[in-house]
Amino acid sequence: MQLAFTEQQQAFRAEIRSWLQANVPAQTLQTFDTEEGFQQHREWEATLNQGRWGMVTWPEALGGRGCDLIEWLIFEEEYYRAKAPLRVNQNGIFLLGPTLMEYGTEEQKARFLPAMAEGRDVWAQGWSEPGAGSDMAAIRSTAQLQGDKYIINGQKTWSTRAVWADWLFGMFRTDPDSERHRGLTFILVPLNTPGITVRPIPQLDGLPGFAEIFFDNVEVDVSNRLGDDGAGWAVAMATAGFERGLMLRSPARFQETARRLVELYRANEASASHDPQIRDAVMRAYLDAESYCLSTYQTACRLSQGGKIGAESSTNKIFWSELDQNMHATAMSILGARAELLPHAPAAEGVGTWLDGWLFSQSGPIYAGTNEIQRNIIAERMLGMPR
Amino acid sequence: MDFTFSEDQLLFQDSVRGFLVNEISPERLRAGWETDTGRDPALWQQFAELGLTGITVPEEHGGLGMDAVDFVLLAQECGYVALAEPLVNHALVAVPLLQDIGGELAARWLPLAATGEARIIAAVEQNLMVEDAHVADLLLLEREGQWFALEQGQFSCERSESIDPGRRLYTVTVPAGAAPIADGERASALRSASLNRGALGCAAQALGLAQRMIDLSVQYTAERKQFGKAIGSFQAVKHHMANVAVRLEYAKAPVHRAAYAVAEDAAGAALAVAQAKLMACEAANLAAKNSIQVHGAMGYTWEVDLHIFMKKAWALANTWGDAGWHKQQVAAVIFADGAALGAGATFQ
Repeated sequence: MQLAFTEQQQAFRAEIRSWLQANVPAQTLQTFDTEEGFQQHREWEATLNQGRWGMVTWPEALGGRGCDLIEWLIFEEEYYRAKAPLRVNQNGIFLLGPTLMEYGTEEQKARFLPAMAEGRDVWAQGWSEPGAGSDMAAIRSTAQLQGDKYIINGQKTWSTRAVWADWLFGMFRTDPDSERHRGLTFILVPLNTPGITVRPIPQLDGLPGFAEIFFDNVEVDVSNRLGDDGAGWAVAMATAGFERGLMLRSPARFQETARRLVELYRANEASASHDPQIRDAVMRAYLDAESYCLSTYQTACRLSQGGKIGAESSTNKIFWSELDQNMHATAMSILGARAELLPHAPAAEGVGTWLDGWLFSQSGPIYAGTNEIQRNIIAERMLGMPR
Repeated sequence: MDFTFSEDQLLFQDSVRGFLVNEISPERLRAGWETDTGRDPALWQQFAELGLTGITVPEEHGGLGMDAVDFVLLAQECGYVALAEPLVNHALVAVPLLQDIGGELAARWLPLAATGEARIIAAVEQNLMVEDAHVADLLLLEREGQWFALEQGQFSCERSESIDPGRRLYTVTVPAGAAPIADGERASALRSASLNRGALGCAAQALGLAQRMIDLSVQYTAERKQFGKAIGSFQAVKHHMANVAVRLEYAKAPVHRAAYAVAEDAAGAALAVAQAKLMACEAANLAAKNSIQVHGAMGYTWEVDLHIFMKKAWALANTWGDAGWHKQQVAAVIFADGAALGAGATFQ
């Protein structure tokens, strides 16, 4: 055990820190749930890519830096410290990208990865359907193979970023006689294909952060299939694997929220002290965020030494999503009567972005497998309780 | 950056776990409650043969010369079996303290600690009671800013019974005229270091206790049937245990980091230990709460083994600094001006 960064790791940290200092936009970008903000974030992805900081864990040959998990954690720490923009294409670079590298043909990699890296192609996910949420194997949207085309019919929903995204990856039932997780195929679909209707769904903040997508005899070339026909479930499981989860929700994000929460508490200590629970909640936020960081480093070190990830990784999502909710709930308590005010409201001085974060934290226990589903997985696969 | 245990450390943990689980059954613990001392010299002798009594004693004094990182995994295993013998205090707190004290006292007692001939116990003002004072061949005791080294027979002690029948707690009276072996700043430094080690020992044992309570509950709920099914198949029961598993999982790394900070005598050791103890004892307390719930009325009985582990978890949460004390340590750091918080600060 040696809990200090190597010289090489420190140099890496210094390098990304100075690049971010020089390149992070001085003015905060608009939210990517608006058309203009989406474009601004797309441009930021291109800037990151030019500096070769877009996908640091990708291999060098693909424009990355071949970083290991520890370097990835360092990158994220610096990224959140620098208050750099959120990643509009995270579905692409963190989820689909590694899956393409594992399952894609050389032709597919050449076709999709550079465009993804440059922010030209922004990707949306197509998993959920009206009848297939927690029960993802209940997917009913079909893709029928006719010659060298799949003909897609059906509906996807809760597709994040889909309103302005260029492409969608998702699972479709290619074997009409199949049931559950057999007979599903992973297909990449250009969202401008005729027959596709994208209907924005306003989220809690009123902005169209996700959409439902209708497919009416949509023709997609068979070369857009990722993996084998009928093997979609295995490809999707790889996409949802632990390391990807780690990449989506690295500890830095929550440690920065905890740091801001301590600041908010100290700036409002006189009023916040009226509720004695607040101080305890702020401490708990700090402790949990630090514990999440420590656990992630421990796991990353174990994996980098050839260790295998086990069922205990399913505890991850519950921990960070509840932490995020608790931290934001505490911030709302500190802000008191100001908490409900929109940031631009005249009386909203000092409210920062807490309201936005509070709203978004409500989604954490729901998306990417509800926390109830996660608890079932923990009980059955990690603890061995009966089904 | 290497946040892993070595293969040797993990193998040692495996072998100690095997030994402890074989030897220290709940039946043996219960039998121990009925004896005079509640402690088992034969078991202590076995620890000595395994090298455990001398694990932290320097090699030149006949020990293995290991540190808190080597021992923390073993302390977890001690928790898993609710070990009653004072091995954690002896190896993790008292022996390192004796080394810090040094001089003739250390030269005389460290070899005896290594061979297991002497059980050494340490306690600070923070501990209301002294655990296992009745079997301490040497007691290193801090009272009102002074440290005393007292051999068995040189002090009087009065037992106060705990709800945990495995614990033996004493109020120790330092004899009038006893000469302190340290006072002033030196005493205070020894006290801080000992508190860190003692709290680390509690935290590590709490991890083991929580795991044991999960295991007992998983086993019980797989056997107990209602409505024609094992109650462990019901989601309401599963989710109780999953919640424990989540809190336990995220308490482990803080405890291991605290062990590292203690072994390295790092500046941030008090914070690391406070975090470890708060996280681990919270996990163990949740394990106790949810485990008794899924055991139903059986969990409320003396007969079912759960209470052995539950009561020890309750007690450890308030030993070597209760939650309030450790929260004060955290608050003193994070609410200070210029505190290093946020992304990238963890390993600074």
